[in-house]
Amino acid sequence: MATAPVLPGGFELPLEPRLPRLGSIDAVALEARAAALATRSIKRESKLFALDLAIRVMDLTTLEGADTPGKVSALASKGIHPDPSDPHIPSVAAICVYPNLVPYALERTRGTDVNVAAVATAFPSGQSSLDVKLAEVREVLDAGAQEVDMVIDRGAFLSGRYAQVYDEIVRVKEACAGRAHLKVILETGELGTYDNIRRASLLAIAGGADFIKTSTGKLPSSATLPVTLCMLEVIRDVHEETGRVVGLKAAGGIRQAKQAVQYLVQVHETLGLAWLTPDRYRLGASSLLNDVLMQIRKERTGRYQNPDYFTVD
Amino acid sequence: MSRLVVRKTYKLFIGGAFPRSESGRTYDAEGANVARGSRKDVRDAVRIARQAGPGWAAMTAYNRGQVLYRVAEMMEARKDELAALSGGADEVDRAIDRVVWYAGWADKLAQVVGSANPVAGPYFNFTVPEPTGVTGILAPEPPLLGLVSRLAPVIVGGNTAVVAASEAHPLVAIEFSECLATADVPPGVINILTGLRRELAPAIAAHMDVSALDLTGADGDVAELERLGAENVKRIVRGRPDAQSPYEIASFLELKTVWHPIGM
Repeated sequence: MATAPVLPGGFELPLEPRLPRLGSIDAVALEARAAALATRSIKRESKLFALDLAIRVMDLTTLEGADTPGKVSALASKGIHPDPSDPHIPSVAAICVYPNLVPYALERTRGTDVNVAAVATAFPSGQSSLDVKLAEVREVLDAGAQEVDMVIDRGAFLSGRYAQVYDEIVRVKEACAGRAHLKVILETGELGTYDNIRRASLLAIAGGADFIKTSTGKLPSSATLPVTLCMLEVIRDVHEETGRVVGLKAAGGIRQAKQAVQYLVQVHETLGLAWLTPDRYRLGASSLLNDVLMQIRKERTGRYQNPDYFTVD
Repeated sequence: MSRLVVRKTYKLFIGGAFPRSESGRTYDAEGANVARGSRKDVRDAVRIARQAGPGWAAMTAYNRGQVLYRVAEMMEARKDELAALSGGADEVDRAIDRVVWYAGWADKLAQVVGSANPVAGPYFNFTVPEPTGVTGILAPEPPLLGLVSRLAPVIVGGNTAVVAASEAHPLVAIEFSECLATADVPPGVINILTGLRRELAPAIAAHMDVSALDLTGADGDVAELERLGAENVKRIVRGRPDAQSPYEIASFLELKTVWHPIGM
């Protein structure tokens, strides 16, 4: 472990002595608890509640090189009315797109409760200069995005330059302050250990994150149940210590309704019902929505469904 | 030297593997504890059969025929075990011959069922058979010959199958699926469930992602199964348990016609 770097002031938490000494996460126990929570059987009304909630907290995402204005418009329309044949299905929380596509998403979401989130700061790698990153953040804010998903510089983090990571988060937060919610993507698949995930979570929270987010979705290993449990426990600790409320966004690799329910169970068991709202919890996903819709229709009709009867996005 | 008998646990056959029922339940049949498949096992089997479909349909007809022939080879090697669990050596012989017979049809189907049509215009006009998709089969008796007679024509045309084995005599179906597992049949193309018909049949018939339904082995309220199958306009077939005919294959094919301009 590198020696403790000199961190700039302004922490809400006494991070400086704390960060380098973190090394206390019992990985076996964490994974066992995550696995145990995933075995909860959620049926009937509870399942319908969970599926409905999964849609309400969903950030419907498209982050591909092949994205077009047309695709983003269609996705935004789908986010507003996920199942046009069923008026009881709620809208998603937000549409998450690349910076240049923000206007096309906003065109559709204007006048609805659906937000537009933009990824920024050289997503997904974060490998660019701070000026470029800040310029990108300002651009998406000027375009009207209500939420900004930034990535941390994992290279800096892994080589022990915590101050640089912290500094970037603070600068982006300054740019966003009062204009947009800031979600900080840790890309946990690249951080290596639970200790590092805990460290990065604390760093992001100290830097001013409104949400901490697991992954970009661009890596094969994205959100997993132990990783989100680790982050939820950081959020719980911070809340107990300072009273500050931070949200969690689980993203990447969540494709099935069953997984989504497992994540929601975990939140409920760690932070309680208060966190089961779009203001404090999000699921970032693209193909999850159709599976949730299929499960809801299956619960209502008793028939297992066929993806051909649901809109493609 | 005396040794302990190695007893066999009869399980389901889904996606090329032999899982126990998701529900953990068993029922007593032929003196053995047999997996009692649930609605969720049907769901899993259909999902896997759907995934396996495009790959199986895209294989060359010749190759599909070879795989079926290989199934017959494996059955020949396990003749004694199959005979002990079914109606006897005669039934097994007939079942093996039936697989070989259908294997030969794989690369002849398009020529016999399809056509080049004369049309009054500058077009080539072809009709080609294509598989329907995931097919649910309620296997009729006798337990081996009935199953093979209904399954082979479905598979040879490029469909994938979810089979509910005979409720009273399920053991031979699982023995048969061990032949399939060693016969180069791609995982998921054939899935065999054991359990109670009253549980499995409605789940298969109602599933919106099952494209065709063979009710030859259905008993009880068949009209209700047809009604459930009508929701997504399944291709519903009620054939003979012992049939052997190219029309049995054609029953599970969709004929599609292509117009191609001449001279372009």
